[in-house]
Amino acid sequence: MHEMGIAKQIIEIATSSIPDDLENIPVEKINLKIGQMSSVVPDSLRFCFEILSKDTPLAGAELNIEEIPVVVRCMECNIVWTINKPVFVCKKCKSGSIKIISGQELDVVSIEVADPDTT
Amino acid sequence: MEIKVIRKVLDVNNIMAEQNRKMFAEKEVFVLNVMSSPGSGKTTTLEKTLSYIIPEIKSAVIAGDICTTNDANRLAKTGVSVVQINTDEFGGDCHLAAHVVEKAAGNLDLDAIDLLIVENVGNLVCPAEFDIGEDAKIVVLSVTEGEDKPVKYPLMFRVCDAAILNKIDLLPYLDYNKKEVLNNIRQVHPGMPVFELSAKTGDGFTPWIDWLRQRIAQK
Repeated sequence: MHEMGIAKQIIEIATSSIPDDLENIPVEKINLKIGQMSSVVPDSLRFCFEILSKDTPLAGAELNIEEIPVVVRCMECNIVWTINKPVFVCKKCKSGSIKIISGQELDVVSIEVADPDTT
Repeated sequence: MEIKVIRKVLDVNNIMAEQNRKMFAEKEVFVLNVMSSPGSGKTTTLEKTLSYIIPEIKSAVIAGDICTTNDANRLAKTGVSVVQINTDEFGGDCHLAAHVVEKAAGNLDLDAIDLLIVENVGNLVCPAEFDIGEDAKIVVLSVTEGEDKPVKYPLMFRVCDAAILNKIDLLPYLDYNKKEVLNNIRQVHPGMPVFELSAKTGDGFTPWIDWLRQRIAQK
């Protein structure tokens, strides 16, 4: 729902990550990690990104999104498993003391720019 | 050529939220972030809550909405200071971000209060993602909204410290399976306190007010 704001932040992070000596170099790809428990819809994010990145070095860059599954650990019996539905109860010992290990990411991992030698 | 970045997209908000948390700690103000879908009775619940705790607990409210000052006008009648935030100035945002709360808090005398209630924008999705520097988050769910909301919006019910099940005075008129909603909340967030109450009649308020008083006293 707030993909426009997220897209804006991604553009700021990606733009500030372009090294000074490569100013105005086209960015080809932005690699992102998005957890399945974050409320970001990849298609909406791509749509917002396309609009906001026009006339910037990021125009036309691909948003490469790695979706991260929700992995949890039971703090009682220590087992780790991936959940596909929102049931935060240990499947082994039924404890409700559950820690989310991954699945809430919303990270910019890297950007890929055109090879300076070939541009 | 790949350039490593590794940065959290919400870093800007998270840093601002930590600054807010530090500021509220210095001022010894307990901050409660109240979230829900539109129409769950959040404002009525807060009006009733304030009637139980003031003047003993000195309170103020930041009310967030996309448009209108209706909620602020209602809450101001309880006698507390209220700051209305209309997020349309910030692009019609669906949630309150930390910098917006910081700006609103600047209009309040934090030295004069013990409790700051932030009534977030009515929405079960986005506000769950944004830390505002609060001490506790609660979600208000009403019995007219359907039993499956906790599993449809798990992040909201996962991040909250307590839930209020509102409008229980309507139960005799609805085909509502209260056991099912409680079970759904327990699956998403085992052990989270759930307060069943009616903001209209005041039924069920005692355990909720006790919990709130206890949390404020702990700070």
